[in-house]
Amino acid sequence: MSGWFGVLLAVALAAALTFLTLPIVAIFAQQPPGELVDALGEEGALDALWLSLRTTAAALALILMIGTPAAYLLATRRFRGRAGLITLIELPLVLPPAVAGIALLAAVGPSTLLGRAARDAGLQLTLATAGVVVALTFVAAPFYLRQAIAAFEAIDPTLLDASRTLGASPARTFWRVAIPTALPGLLAGTALALGRALGEFGATLMFAGSFQGVTQTVPLAIYDRFATDFTAALALSAVLVAVSAAILLSVKLVRGPDAIAR
Amino acid sequence: MRRVGESGPGLSVAARTRVGAVELDVALDVAPGECVALAGPSGAGKTSVLRIVAGLLAPARGRVACGAERWLDTDRGRNVPAERRRCGYLFQEYALFGHLSAWRNVAYALHETPRAQREPRARALLERFGLAGRADARPASLSGGERQRVALARALARRPAALLLDEPLSALDASTRAAASRELAAVIRDAAVPVLLVTHDFTEAALLADRIAVMDAGRVLQAGTASALAAAPASAFVADFSGAVVLTGAARRDDDGTTVVALDGGGEVTALEGEPGAVAVSVYPWEIALARPGEAAHDSARNHLDVEVISVTTVGPRVRVGLAAPQPLTAELSESSLRDLGLRPGGRAVASFKAAATRVLPR
Repeated sequence: MSGWFGVLLAVALAAALTFLTLPIVAIFAQQPPGELVDALGEEGALDALWLSLRTTAAALALILMIGTPAAYLLATRRFRGRAGLITLIELPLVLPPAVAGIALLAAVGPSTLLGRAARDAGLQLTLATAGVVVALTFVAAPFYLRQAIAAFEAIDPTLLDASRTLGASPARTFWRVAIPTALPGLLAGTALALGRALGEFGATLMFAGSFQGVTQTVPLAIYDRFATDFTAALALSAVLVAVSAAILLSVKLVRGPDAIAR
Repeated sequence: MRRVGESGPGLSVAARTRVGAVELDVALDVAPGECVALAGPSGAGKTSVLRIVAGLLAPARGRVACGAERWLDTDRGRNVPAERRRCGYLFQEYALFGHLSAWRNVAYALHETPRAQREPRARALLERFGLAGRADARPASLSGGERQRVALARALARRPAALLLDEPLSALDASTRAAASRELAAVIRDAAVPVLLVTHDFTEAALLADRIAVMDAGRVLQAGTASALAAAPASAFVADFSGAVVLTGAARRDDDGTTVVALDGGGEVTALEGEPGAVAVSVYPWEIALARPGEAAHDSARNHLDVEVISVTTVGPRVRVGLAAPQPLTAELSESSLRDLGLRPGGRAVASFKAAATRVLPR
């Protein structure tokens, strides 16, 4: 590659790289690292981190427990309306977060039948931590489901047949053959859902609100502080950048160490 | 030819169903200790028959019974799930679990065995197949031949009531196929259960099975021993498919570099290539010329066998002549040649074919 075209390509790459990395580098460069760490020590920031951790873990647990068998069914059975069903499941992927928030309010908001039933059963959804978990699950689940369906579809069906002829029931085949064989794809899906849940902002804000220690996750805490305490907002952002980078790296590692070394 | 079929009920399958574009309609019986090959082109429905027996495919109508157990009877709404049918199924690409080591693949079939005995039993089975040193390897690091043996050990681990082998040799390269074929023949010989083998290769079927059922478009066209099919094919399709004649013998290298095979039961043939040892010799019926005794022409054919005429069958414009050399052998010629020679069952003749038309396969 030589001449003006080679130069053009190199300039395009340099522009893209600068534009995409500069803001991230700036988060760490704006303030001395010591001040960032100090800002994290502030009570509200720690509350937000702890809440994000708990709600994301709860949402992921729900997604894995229900999403894995559901994805297996969709991937291994052929029936009428299957493609339509998959599209419905994927819909939240392309839904604007504000719409997701409104949709959740309309479905399980305080004045709805389901919302009232949940409250009567002792489960407060709106303006409560449980509501954060619902919002995170709603927006993050499709990321996991999509990957999990693809991973289960990629399994050679004769492996599942072989398991049956070796005396394993369908349930045992699912645990002992399907999940281990699809594991890299399932882990990648988990990481994507984790990233989406950690960064969730719009739906949580609209459905659960932003109360420190109750529904204020890290992204909400950043939004809450950026006008008043920019250093604290930077510090929380730096944590999210580190976690996101770790997730990206682990996805690539799961797909094979080559994905990074190359 | 060993036949233990009279000793008890074996495997019996009857099924009618649609599989893709094929209308499957088969009925087969396999005696305990007997090996029946389902042979035919791809798309004939051979694998579907195995899947029906194993419970991986439910036919619209059918019955499957093995020994005293009824596995399937659609008329009575009976369908035993695959995991309770005790079929040892060897899949075409072996279907080993990539996340488990060789011994864990075998132990997977032993989950009804007490936990403490699983590993020693799995390792013992692998040792029987000469794989003691590879027990901890993952399938990805095994060679094709090793994978096939791990899959065989795994299929036998549950002491199956029937053995189902789907193209057991087709995933192997030519150099490992000979040894694998020998080993498989030993496994089939030692198995006291019905064995159903699927292959698209008539020679492979002839080498491994007691009887061959030739399948096309979902039906069994004809069933019988390899030599019976080659000598008296019921249709042009069977005639074409049962193509090569297979003779067994012991090969040695001759001084001039050719291979000479002493046939089991008498007679000798020469081929241009082939390794010394136990071999199968194959030659196509249309390569074999017949002459009256003492009238064999001094042509370029190196192989001349004194034979007895057993049967004469017309297949379209051709005539198939079943011969005993004393091993069964088939020649194909035109009707006019047959008339000129005046061959009749019970008569004698000389069968000639060129060394170049003779294939020698390790056995």
